[in-house]
Amino acid sequence: MSVPTTVRPATELAEEGSGRRERLTATIQQLGGVGMLVIVVVVASAVSHDKFGFATKGNFETIVSGSAFTGLLALGMTFVIISGGIDLSVGSVFALGGVLAARGAQHGTWTAILYPLVFCAFFGLVQGVVIARFRMPPFIVTLAGLSIARGLEQVVTKDGNTTYQIKPGSVFLTFGGGTWRAIAIFVVAFALGALLLQATRFGQALFAIGGNENAALLMGVPIARTKVLVYVLSATLAGAGGALNASRSLAGPVTVGTGFELTAIAATVIGGTLLAGGAGSVSGTAAGVLLLAVISNLIGRYLSDYGSAASDAVNGGFLALVIVLQAYLTRVQRIQQ
Amino acid sequence: MQEDPGSETPAGNVLEVVDVSKRFPGVTALDQVSFSLRPGEVHALVGENGAGKSTLIKVMTGVYDLDGGEVRYHGEPVTFRNPLEAQAAGISTIYQEVNLVPLISVARNLFLGREPRTLGLVRSGAMKAQARAILSDFGVDVNVSRPLRSLGLGAQQMVAIARAVQLDARVVIMDEPTSSLERREVETLFRVVRRLRDSGIAIVYVSHRLDELYEICDRVTVLRDGKLVAVEQMQTLERLRLVSLMLGRDMTSVAREGATALSGDHDVDAEKVLSAHHLTRRHQLHDISFDIHRGEVVGLGGLLGAGRSETARAIFGALALDAGTVDIDGVEAKHLSTSKAIKAGVVMLPEDRKAQGIIPNLSVRENIILAALPRLSRFGLVSDSKEKEIVEYFITRLRIKASSPEQKVGELSGGNQQKVLLARLLCLNPKVLLLDEPTRGIDIGAKAEVQAVIDELAREGLGVLLISSEIDELIEGSDRIVVLRDGRVIGELTGDDVDQDTLTAALAATPTDGEAP
Amino acid sequence: MAALTMTRPTVDREHAVRWLRSNAVWVAIVLVVVVDAFVINNFFSVSNLRVQLYAVTPTFVVALGMAVVIGTKGIDLSVGAVIALAAAIVPIALSHHLAIILLLLLVLVGGAVSGTVVGSMVAIARVQPIIASLSIMIGLRGLAVIMNGSADKSVTDPFITGFGGGLWLGQPRMAYVAVVLALIVAFLVRRTTFGRSLTAIGDNREAAQLAGLPVRRVLILVYVLCGVLAAIAGVMITGNQGQATPSAAGMSFELFAITAVVVGGTPLEGGEVRIFGTAAGAVLMQLITASLTQEQVQSDYLLIVQGAIVLLAVYATMKRKLR
Repeated sequence: MSVPTTVRPATELAEEGSGRRERLTATIQQLGGVGMLVIVVVVASAVSHDKFGFATKGNFETIVSGSAFTGLLALGMTFVIISGGIDLSVGSVFALGGVLAARGAQHGTWTAILYPLVFCAFFGLVQGVVIARFRMPPFIVTLAGLSIARGLEQVVTKDGNTTYQIKPGSVFLTFGGGTWRAIAIFVVAFALGALLLQATRFGQALFAIGGNENAALLMGVPIARTKVLVYVLSATLAGAGGALNASRSLAGPVTVGTGFELTAIAATVIGGTLLAGGAGSVSGTAAGVLLLAVISNLIGRYLSDYGSAASDAVNGGFLALVIVLQAYLTRVQRIQQ
Repeated sequence: MQEDPGSETPAGNVLEVVDVSKRFPGVTALDQVSFSLRPGEVHALVGENGAGKSTLIKVMTGVYDLDGGEVRYHGEPVTFRNPLEAQAAGISTIYQEVNLVPLISVARNLFLGREPRTLGLVRSGAMKAQARAILSDFGVDVNVSRPLRSLGLGAQQMVAIARAVQLDARVVIMDEPTSSLERREVETLFRVVRRLRDSGIAIVYVSHRLDELYEICDRVTVLRDGKLVAVEQMQTLERLRLVSLMLGRDMTSVAREGATALSGDHDVDAEKVLSAHHLTRRHQLHDISFDIHRGEVVGLGGLLGAGRSETARAIFGALALDAGTVDIDGVEAKHLSTSKAIKAGVVMLPEDRKAQGIIPNLSVRENIILAALPRLSRFGLVSDSKEKEIVEYFITRLRIKASSPEQKVGELSGGNQQKVLLARLLCLNPKVLLLDEPTRGIDIGAKAEVQAVIDELAREGLGVLLISSEIDELIEGSDRIVVLRDGRVIGELTGDDVDQDTLTAALAATPTDGEAP
Repeated sequence: MAALTMTRPTVDREHAVRWLRSNAVWVAIVLVVVVDAFVINNFFSVSNLRVQLYAVTPTFVVALGMAVVIGTKGIDLSVGAVIALAAAIVPIALSHHLAIILLLLLVLVGGAVSGTVVGSMVAIARVQPIIASLSIMIGLRGLAVIMNGSADKSVTDPFITGFGGGLWLGQPRMAYVAVVLALIVAFLVRRTTFGRSLTAIGDNREAAQLAGLPVRRVLILVYVLCGVLAAIAGVMITGNQGQATPSAAGMSFELFAITAVVVGGTPLEGGEVRIFGTAAGAVLMQLITASLTQEQVQSDYLLIVQGAIVLLAVYATMKRKLR
């Protein structure tokens, strides 16, 4: 038999399933979020009058630091959605984490850190086990989780009547305070997240499970363990976000977090993560988080009457557009095969 | 039978299946089947639908438990609890639907779960370089960073094989690997298969394409109805004999009548009720044309994968065509969809009763009336008495055995489910019936009843297209048989030619150059 | 014969399990009622019935639509936002002195449009129902708040407040409306081709398609129906509160509605619509809520109990794949 390296037909064949169109759609998917971010920032900077001061260093700092902690929810959501799941409980867990941190801060810095992280991780563990072991749909488990976490928060705060204030001078206050520290946390968390997703077996397993669970099973991926871990990760990040938010607000805010899961999902999907699972990136999510923050900032400037409602309307419309586009693109690709 | 070439050196077999049986409720899928595989051979596993090929594969790879017999690997009895264990031991299966993850890169697919790492972090560069080296060794030269799905199916399969070999596979099972490949891709695949064989890996090759079997395989095991029929050397086995082994019955003992409840001689009207013109769909159908007359049963002959079901689905509007038209009653049907086909009088009994036919949790009554709902209803309402009348008529006429019309269809036997589906079609007053395996998986009594109904319908003037893997049914039921291979019409049997010898010969014929896939 | 006698007992057990699975909600209602009869003063009073009916009716109306959607193997998370939309439309229409019939029509059209959007995404673009309705859930509430403006508006129109707060024969007017709606939906589901088609689609979409059913049209209509019912619930809530609060109205109703449906014994896998089961599910959840709040068991445990019940109900109704 001849030396096989001279055989080249497969290259030719490889092009068959792809085509320019597929590559184009993949690019749109991956870079759409970043592209939109750049366009929006450039256009807004160009047209904004100086007195509104959109394009100022101070405003950009506000945008990034303001979305740093809620951005952690989107980071966790990215992992979950790539694995083919969804986590609707993160908004409530964010609130729970904040309350637990503020309560922990009554006893000391370590308890302020450990309370929210350990408890929220455990909460995620339970959700993950129910999803992975009992094979219940993630959306219903985490929808129940949303309710349960909110209930737990109310138990801790005596039906919402107690707001734990963090004593001035507590070391814990230094974690979430300040602009640059928040920005640093955002950057470091997302960088670590990208590493986890792209360069570890856990990350590879998430892609495999979300892309084709049966194949992943046959390829020896530990499905149940990976799924449990991803919900632990998501809940822990949500708890950490809540704790940092408490540190920033000097107290454990009781009525925070409602609807945060929706913003997190929107940021993730706009950032190019496939809602059906199996594809996505942390950098895209970072762009999605910032894009939503910029839009919300712009709305706050020019349409301040409507505040967050207008942001929600825009987010929802945006999300609807992106998912229809995604559904269309993935179908084009499926038909080609 | 001649000397079994598999029994000479049992110790030399890498994988052996000894007298294995596997039963499912109501069916014996494998009945004391034995199979042996030597290192460095390509062993074909063939048989028609329901022969037990896939059950045998699943028994060997730990998907199913055995109901009897044993599996030996390297001479030792083994029990794999799941495919993963089989794979770890060195038995890899390459499925028809490639079992890799389409959205992640080629390199990641190749190394999933065993990526080269430093300090827990995947060394992406090294992984890509190794992937490139491994694949080019297989004659596949692609950008390993691109998602797997951007590759053609042939190249994807090559990646799956490369992964199996990387996992130190000693046995590679290929389940219809060429069914959606172009000829060039097939050649690349065969080169790789030969290379594996030369390096001592044993290959189980499941396919229904005779030419390929003769091209690549050393030995062949033929299964039929869950039983072992023959183990032969590929080169010394005549094509005709192989086909008749697969289809069953010896070539000499063909009875024209009596094995089924079908008669096959109908008063065929001169009037065409359906004409298919040049049906074409990439990889599946190539320029298929034929007519069906009133009162005629046209059989579609062909081995598994010849494009019979696809032809029926295309005519029914359930499979999009790249080219071709269908005339119904002399009128060209434009933009055919299932609901338009039904309106025009064409109905189809789908091949997969469970997945495509019954609505399991609805009642017998609701299932029968389902397709007729739009035409029976006025302002969205169906008259109870009319519905009851129709349902009772068909329950009696087709002798559907259910505790009441309100019983859930999912609880009925296969034969009765099939009758319910037939009733669903018949209450549409169709002109043409497309029947895809109407009697598969149902008991003998129900089978005869269904066959009798088909016969009766043709007598009443319906045009019938009959697809059946049971050669008796096809021969006795059809007035005419259109023979397909690889999505092409390769012949037509009419009149006295509608018999088993002629059909078998047509199926076994070596393809002429013009029709090579 | 041997096979027959062997399978017999398991079939019986299966029947028992199935019976329990579909009727557990009634058993639970009886239990809760018995307990409440002892712990809650005047549990069996007309006034208490009134209180409970006020609370349960809007949830039940939304759950009716949700039951139909779940019957097609779908889900609609946008119902809460549709309630907010209705709450936003009512005061706007009133301020324009629109005739009440036109006002109601406008509200229903609002729900129908929202349902059309979700339904089209599901039926035509083939987006997963959760996701499709999620995007509308986010966007629509924002839109409703924008339409309404930041301040809540009081609604004093006698028809609307009567619709949500008035009484007939000592019981809430809207409860009668809900009963009529339930009968209409039950009729649609049981008697019409639409109802038959939708359960067929939920049970086996491919078979329904091959039987020539208009799958897309039916799916879109299902979401339209769900949207319209949610809009009606929105009018009830607005009338009941005497003010329009689009920022809060209907919050978490998607969870309440799904809970009522699954607690009523409907599997999330589709193919089945249980109207009376759903009613029972809504009633049971309301009774549990009432017991927990009236009994001074701090109401903070309420959310936890609700969440746990949903999980249990979904687990109990899951169609397990046979191995």
